[in-house]
Amino acid sequence: MEKRELTCIGCPLGCTVTVEMEGTEILRVTGHTCKRGEEYARKEVTNPTRIVTSIVRVNGGKIPMVSVKTKSDIPKSKIFDCAKALQSIQVEAPVHIGDVIMENVVGTGVSIVATKNVEAL
Amino acid sequence: MYDIIIIGGGVAGCAAARELSRYKANICLVEKEEDVCAGTSKANSAIAHAGYDAEPGSLMAKLNVQGNQMMDAVAGELDFPFERIGSMVVCIHEEDIYKLEELLERGKKNGVKDLRIVDAKEAHELEPNLTEQVVAALYAPTGGIVCPFGMTIAFAENAAVNGVEFKLNTEVENIQKIDGGYVLTTNQGILETKVVVNAAGVYADRFHNMVSEEKIHITPRRGDYCLLDKTAGNHVSHTIFPLPDQFGKGVLVTPTVHGNLLVGPTAIDIEDKEATATTREGLDFLTGKAGEAVADLPMRQVITSFAGLRAHEDHHEFIIGEVKDAKGFVDVAGIESPGLTSAPAIGVMVADIVSGMMGLAENPDFIGTRRGILNPSELSKEERAKLIEVKPEYGNIICRCEMITEGEILDAIHRPVGARSLDGVKRRTRAGMGRCQAGFCSPRTMEILARELHVSMADITKSGGDSKLIVGTVKDRL
Amino acid sequence: MLNYDLVIVGGGPAGLAAAASARKNGLESIIILERDHELGGILNQCIHNGFGLHTFKEELTGPEYAGRFIDEVADLKIEYKLNTMVMDISENKVVTAMNREDGLFEIQAKAVILAMGCRERPRGALNIPGYRPAGIYSAGTAQRLVNIEGFMPGREVVILGSGDIGLIMARRMTLEGAKVKVVAELMPFSGGLKRNIVQCLDDFGIPLKLSHTVIDIDGKERVKGITLAEVDSTGKPIPGTEEHYDCDTLLLSCGLIPENELSRGIGVDIEPVTNGPVVNESLETSVPGVFACGNVLHVHDLVDFVSEEAAAAGRNAAKYIRNGSKEPETTHETVALCPQGIVRYTVPKTLNVDRMDDEITVRFRVGAVQKNCYVSTYFDDERVMRRRRPVVAPGEMEEVKLKKEQLLKYPDLKQIIFKVEEA
Repeated sequence: MEKRELTCIGCPLGCTVTVEMEGTEILRVTGHTCKRGEEYARKEVTNPTRIVTSIVRVNGGKIPMVSVKTKSDIPKSKIFDCAKALQSIQVEAPVHIGDVIMENVVGTGVSIVATKNVEAL
Repeated sequence: MYDIIIIGGGVAGCAAARELSRYKANICLVEKEEDVCAGTSKANSAIAHAGYDAEPGSLMAKLNVQGNQMMDAVAGELDFPFERIGSMVVCIHEEDIYKLEELLERGKKNGVKDLRIVDAKEAHELEPNLTEQVVAALYAPTGGIVCPFGMTIAFAENAAVNGVEFKLNTEVENIQKIDGGYVLTTNQGILETKVVVNAAGVYADRFHNMVSEEKIHITPRRGDYCLLDKTAGNHVSHTIFPLPDQFGKGVLVTPTVHGNLLVGPTAIDIEDKEATATTREGLDFLTGKAGEAVADLPMRQVITSFAGLRAHEDHHEFIIGEVKDAKGFVDVAGIESPGLTSAPAIGVMVADIVSGMMGLAENPDFIGTRRGILNPSELSKEERAKLIEVKPEYGNIICRCEMITEGEILDAIHRPVGARSLDGVKRRTRAGMGRCQAGFCSPRTMEILARELHVSMADITKSGGDSKLIVGTVKDRL
Repeated sequence: MLNYDLVIVGGGPAGLAAAASARKNGLESIIILERDHELGGILNQCIHNGFGLHTFKEELTGPEYAGRFIDEVADLKIEYKLNTMVMDISENKVVTAMNREDGLFEIQAKAVILAMGCRERPRGALNIPGYRPAGIYSAGTAQRLVNIEGFMPGREVVILGSGDIGLIMARRMTLEGAKVKVVAELMPFSGGLKRNIVQCLDDFGIPLKLSHTVIDIDGKERVKGITLAEVDSTGKPIPGTEEHYDCDTLLLSCGLIPENELSRGIGVDIEPVTNGPVVNESLETSVPGVFACGNVLHVHDLVDFVSEEAAAAGRNAAKYIRNGSKEPETTHETVALCPQGIVRYTVPKTLNVDRMDDEITVRFRVGAVQKNCYVSTYFDDERVMRRRRPVVAPGEMEEVKLKKEQLLKYPDLKQIIFKVEEA
């Protein structure tokens, strides 16, 4: 049996969660203080995921960059590919919170959405 | 061919440039850095010394006392901050009081006015934060504090207005004697001149030795300083010196003209003429030493530390004059403390020497006054409101610690010998010199510089050369 | 001279929440003065996620969190002025401010809420020896350059200080193409949240060196490298542990300092531990009618708690004005809140049960890490509450809620003591 100790990133509490595993099978999750903690631990040992936040250039806006995020978490292994995919993206102002900036980023099925309003000049 | 080339845009070179601009001549000042006041002149004690330290009869003693006496008038004409707050040399051992008396005697011989020794009681009345150990002090009411950037830049601007050409980023690599003058090889090409004024600070020996067989040697003597927040600025109200030792005037504690408290310097002889890095030992030494004279120094209030290099000539004397075996080559060398105080007098002396040598005629168009950068915080509320109405940029605060407006920064950029870098703006306006040390205003000042100078943000530097602040755009190397 | 009942200095999370709360508590005449060109304060450059779990029960990025409050302030039709710097506040609440359009102007307020936030501790305060080249940035300045302006301040980065902004910037710089070589922390523990160590450092294989500091900076024009050394328990570098790192950038994340220049100008008492104003249960400073909330009061870890605290300040300011700009009459003595042991301070510092809401939150930080302990509250000598904590640490703010009904049972109470006890 393998024991893995994780720090939950679900919220700022940062609970220490222990996952007991046999191969790829999860036997027991302990130490979490909420449901999100258990979910996080189960995912983290099998298919770790993260929300990615970044910025893309805005044309004709009051500010030069708009902040964006993946609408939901994507595989951890695709974080850099996701950042690269945003390299050449430019959007036109105005931009609103929630606007889809890019669909299905690096084949994850997850959209990139704006997290800030940018008014046009 | 120029009539005169001045090497070095420090306080001595700029003072000489200003005084020489009273005469009809084709004058150029070359400076290797991107701005004037970028070497020793920017990192020193910012003091107008009374003049009791130097050996009676020395040039140093004479120019110190003269410079000190000229300071009120020059600060008035050229509009830079100077305050005659008085200084005290404090003595913490009974058995050393005779040293105060020696200093008093020396001061009298040098012509320092109103010098006197005060007992412990009076010393503590004058300066309540002196330590209990202080048994007596030499009180010099003529001692003062001055803004070294303000003074140097004022000289430079006034010289420029009167026709002196400033070549910045211009490093002299070699000097050759030719018929009737000199050829200067620089990183920006060849310059020819009839007369050279060598005001190159720690490098003055190098240039002197290129043209003369009588070699001189200058040692960079590093001084580390700590600058404390304005909340500590009232800790003392005079410049407080310990008794001097073989390395100089010791670690002083003084208010600055801008209301901060300055503690320093150390005195460490080094070889590298560019080594302005502070050291842990140096900074720790300051904390220990300054506490001997002044009690409860709030060293937690340090907002920055820095080091400057004094141009210490082996004989600890100013060398000012035409070099014997190099006609037309005028040294202004060994200008260490009290160089800043002496600068107004050095400028006049150099101008007298050079104008005499060349038989220069007076410049009838010379303008002797200069207005500094308008400081809106010195205006009344009504005046300030009116100013913003006419120039809205004075309503836009860029540096929130020192409350510096966009208007002041624009002024700093667009005046003669204007600011080209963050440090250039800082030295002229104080933007970025406050307690957050430019954390907040750097990006904003950079934007203004880029816009006004029509360059990209990536071209803006902290202090010229390779001191780039931005190296690219996001994701450009992903 | 303009007249407003309430002037709020700062349009960041604290100012916005205070304004919304004051309006919802019946106050009509409110103005927010903000020095930046938009509302939202520092949240605008905090583009990472992790905000709002308490307030909105969902995970938002900084700009989204700010956006919610900006929308609310707009819906409530609260006035604000942007690009406006408050220059001075007098003891009788004349606020002098300045901007390009209005010039220099004055507002007579009945109450003022201080919500100016905090600033970063600069290099000078750390007194790191060495040169002073370009390439040394506070983490927040770098964050602004990257996230707001889209510039890279450097390629090869060392970060000193493991506060949250430093950790967050380690990830941001990495994801924008820089190489973050190491994060060094002077203390034997990180000042940041554990989740940030996991997702900002561990995820990218960035080492965190505890009990280490920068002892030298190399490079006269631009940073060329730094030297790290391990420190002993007093924070002094240990000879022989020096390690050189080539880098072109040093980011500093060494703590935040409440920005109280204006507060000092009014004459409010400042608590030396927090560098923020001393406040009572109403978050009112020593100058009646002047309230404080958010990072200007004490530095928070979570914006959710800033919003909560600011809402209380807004409510109390509204109450003060409703009461004719007077303190309500009290029959009980004011009680001192006393930190003990590793508890460093409390906000608020005093409490009068007659003035308090049904419940108030007392917040504080500890000065050292302690595992397996209780956070205990004593009314004079009697322990009235304790809460088991697996660990308390300086990086994470603690809170205790006090109920009015419980306090009323102790009419002769003199002090309330907060301490951490071994389990």
